[in-house]
Amino acid sequence: MPKLQSAAELEKFRAELLAKRDPAKPCIAVCAGAACDGMDSAAVAAAFLAEAATQKLDGKLEIRTTGCHGYCEKGPNVVVTPGDICYFEVQPTDVPEIIAATLKGEVVERLVYKDPATGAKAVHMSEVPFYKHQTRLLIGDNPKIDPMRIDDYFAVGGYAGLVKALTTMTPEQVLAEVKKANLRGRGGGGFPAGSKWETTRNAPEKTKYVIVNGHEGESAAFMDRAMLTGNPHKILEGLIIGAYAIGAQKGFMYTRHDMPLLEKHVRQALAQATEYGLLGENILGSGFNFECELHFDVGIFVSGESSALMRSIEGNAPEPRPKYIRTSVNGIWDKPSNLNNVETWANVPQIISKGAEWFTSIGSEKSKGTKLISLSGNVVNSGIVEVPMGTPLRTLVFDIGGGVRDGKTLKAIHFGGAMGGSIPADLIDAPLDFDGMSKLGAPIGAGGLLLMDEDTDMIEVARYLMDFLVNESCGKCVPCREGMQQMLQILTRLTEGQGRKGDLELLEDLIEVTGVASLCALGKTSGDPLKSMFRYFKPEYESRIVSSAGGSDNK
Amino acid sequence: MSEQNIDGIIEKYRGQPGSLIHALVEIQHENHWLPREVMHKVADALQVPFAQVMQIASFYKAFSLTPKGRHEVHVCTGMTCHLRGAARLRSKVEELTGLKDGETDADSRFTYETGACLGSCSIGPELIVDGKHYGRMTPEKVEDVLKQYE
Repeated sequence: MPKLQSAAELEKFRAELLAKRDPAKPCIAVCAGAACDGMDSAAVAAAFLAEAATQKLDGKLEIRTTGCHGYCEKGPNVVVTPGDICYFEVQPTDVPEIIAATLKGEVVERLVYKDPATGAKAVHMSEVPFYKHQTRLLIGDNPKIDPMRIDDYFAVGGYAGLVKALTTMTPEQVLAEVKKANLRGRGGGGFPAGSKWETTRNAPEKTKYVIVNGHEGESAAFMDRAMLTGNPHKILEGLIIGAYAIGAQKGFMYTRHDMPLLEKHVRQALAQATEYGLLGENILGSGFNFECELHFDVGIFVSGESSALMRSIEGNAPEPRPKYIRTSVNGIWDKPSNLNNVETWANVPQIISKGAEWFTSIGSEKSKGTKLISLSGNVVNSGIVEVPMGTPLRTLVFDIGGGVRDGKTLKAIHFGGAMGGSIPADLIDAPLDFDGMSKLGAPIGAGGLLLMDEDTDMIEVARYLMDFLVNESCGKCVPCREGMQQMLQILTRLTEGQGRKGDLELLEDLIEVTGVASLCALGKTSGDPLKSMFRYFKPEYESRIVSSAGGSDNK
Repeated sequence: MSEQNIDGIIEKYRGQPGSLIHALVEIQHENHWLPREVMHKVADALQVPFAQVMQIASFYKAFSLTPKGRHEVHVCTGMTCHLRGAARLRSKVEELTGLKDGETDADSRFTYETGACLGSCSIGPELIVDGKHYGRMTPEKVEDVLKQYE
């Protein structure tokens, strides 16, 4: 493939590509997302390929291995187009039947969704309860894309945002559009991405960097990996557009080292983008130069913190720096560096191609667009969910999630992993919104939503989360290193029934000091889950003290 | 693992102190641990003090300063796996292998580690052996899985 020299060449290439594709030709998409992979979807994909080869179906049928479809609970997932027919829990032995039915334009009834209560079947994706309440702007393309093939991304309109930005907009206009869209950072803070971009853009240094934070260390958050593994070009396109707006010459993708498929797909995406002239010098004849490098975290949670991450890219230990040094101005090698999370970058192409007005029509008053949520814990339908901001948690938990497993009742909803918070079941009508959820004490964080059922011991949950953070602290700040250790000891004592009078007051003190005196968010927010539990579940904590005092304090 | 491969990796990054982590990651992937003499070679080639190499190698969890077993057994201790019974799975793996978190047995058959979160929450609790994921794992099923790895 020769380099695409201009926007016109790209569009011509896309038109030729689409002309060669017959939308009526059946395609069987086998999910190879992390969960399906764990249920051996590779064997299912291999069985499809083998069967197609045996029956010599080359021209009649396409088999595609894709990234995460979303409905992880029911993997391995298979989606057949046209019609988006969803098959769940597919085994290699089901393959000949699916192929035979697909060729005849029929459906394998026994593999489609059945409502556990009513037994009603749902064949098409738009009818399956897990999918039908979602707005899948970001992850919806995953079943259509083989992440190893840039052509598949072009076929769904990929790089149209970049074309528009480079050929019809100035960097200032791109920046203005993102600001107007009020795109807020999806990594946890909810900080307006446009303002952050502007700070880096206006920083005096000429050399500037842009970074994709794909570290995703938050426990029970797995959507960034699904995006980066399943549709790497979408994030790359967002990054290139951002670099153009900011005036950065180089980008870094920072992600996990422990996902071989993710690494393979991102490397391939970078190589293909370079081959097609979407990375490198004079991109699409615009005069804009940009390159991108892949970096790995090597297994510690704190390296997801922005300043720590930048230290890691430099080749140093990931110790966070004080926040008064702003990475937007003094980041990697002290150059202005703009960092956004995977999902934030993934939103950029559609904002540019469809406009800020369209984007702001989705979502709540202050939180625009959709949000990816990793739904897990004691939920019936675990998986990756995408809904407009402002969607009530009830929709997420019951309509999409199918409620609590094993017929139990919901006790709490936990957001944001080890630095998040838990709210009780009666707050289930709260809308999914950055500010609203923060006020309730359960900030969305990156978007890991956990259901906890009636049997959950909240003190044990707090102990578990603290234990996680103690192991992940980099140890630079004493309050974080020692304060969390003390909190862990008290919590452990409580879970073992050895709670003493004054323990809860001591915990409150420790939360405050650790929160005030630590440098980065890890220490600062380490007490947040506890704070939310003191707010909503205090009697449960108090009861531990009473009962462990041998009953003498019983009122 | 041949010495040649390690030397090849080191050569690729010669004179680039900023690539220290890249070099160590590649060696770790290739060799499964970082021998001291290899770290000395890295220090010399990349022109970084040996102390800094040690700092990085001992700080990040992905690096191992001791040889690993033939098979790496991981139990995910992420929050969903935890809520879905990872603790029982852990106890069973520890009982079967006789190992605690981070240990390798005398026959170098298994290295056992726990970690969070591996991102396959929907199919937790999860056991991972040499990168292969075994979802919805129960203490009853563990023995049969481990038997496959000699």
